[in-house]
Amino acid sequence: MIEAVKIAALLVVAAGGTAVVLVRDPLRQAVVLSFYGLVLGVLFFAFQAPDVSLSQITVGSVGVPLMLLLTIAKVRKRERERE
Amino acid sequence: MSRRARLWMFAPALAGMVALLIWGLTGLPDFGHYRGPYGKVLAKVAVPERKATNVVASTTFDYRGFDTLGEEMILFSAALGLVVLLRELRGEEEEDEEADDDEEGIEGREERTSDALRIFGLGLVGPTVVLGIYIVSHGALTPGGGFQGGLVLVTALLVVYLAGRYAAMRRVSPIPMLEVGEAGGATAFALIGLGGLVIAGIYMKNFIDPGTPKTLLSGGVIPLLNISVGLEVAGAFALAFTEFLDQTLLLRGSGGDES
Repeated sequence: MIEAVKIAALLVVAAGGTAVVLVRDPLRQAVVLSFYGLVLGVLFFAFQAPDVSLSQITVGSVGVPLMLLLTIAKVRKRERERE
Repeated sequence: MSRRARLWMFAPALAGMVALLIWGLTGLPDFGHYRGPYGKVLAKVAVPERKATNVVASTTFDYRGFDTLGEEMILFSAALGLVVLLRELRGEEEEDEEADDDEEGIEGREERTSDALRIFGLGLVGPTVVLGIYIVSHGALTPGGGFQGGLVLVTALLVVYLAGRYAAMRRVSPIPMLEVGEAGGATAFALIGLGGLVIAGIYMKNFIDPGTPKTLLSGGVIPLLNISVGLEVAGAFALAFTEFLDQTLLLRGSGGDES
């Protein structure tokens, strides 16, 4: 049973990582990255690292994507002002 | 360089990389067959010695506490650098728009969120805060600790922003409070380490009676260090997000149109 969970988590992480690279629009990429952070957390949990899993979920699916979103918002605003 | 030439350059590099990776991966120990001695030693002695059931916590906050002090300082100075940089930028922007920016400022320009989002957010804030405090305070017992719990607390603040308005978030987390939290947490960590030097003769030594396992205060200084890290992490990340939000909102206001 746990083997199946591990294999499933690995496959979802592989698919998620590929999805992050394939999505080219930075705004959408930030949202996909957030989901990827969440599945990576599940992977760590399946491999018996709950401490790392908690850090991964908070940093990877909230912290980093939010910083990205705010930066994108700021950069786009500046671009619009220049036009 | 032509496309063909680039492919010719890329192919041997890729082949070499793949070969190196396969060579490396076949030499790895099996999953769960870690070769170093420290993991096994810690798994055996940590609970009887330090009474904290979360061995990860007793490793990071006790056996390897000095290392964590360094990590604390990295986060502290990174947040400080970010704040200094962003405030400098904000100063320039604010001077430009001082003329048309009256008292209502940010608050006046913001759109209101929908009722559904506000109610959902309000319902979420309380449980998130409780979860954050739980994760910080039970760091010595169950997975989690200051870092994870501190970030969960910041998430609660972000829910306030998403559900309500930026002004509401600023009201529940005034910048001086965040600054005191960040600096106070980092200082408390260093001072607890100093306590080890004064009382037990070694910096970062666990100088408080570790108590009995499976109780809230087991682990000696570990729960105290967890709380100080929680304060620091929550303060640092909240400060960083607040400064980032300030930047985007101020710039958005000066242009007129909402995105």
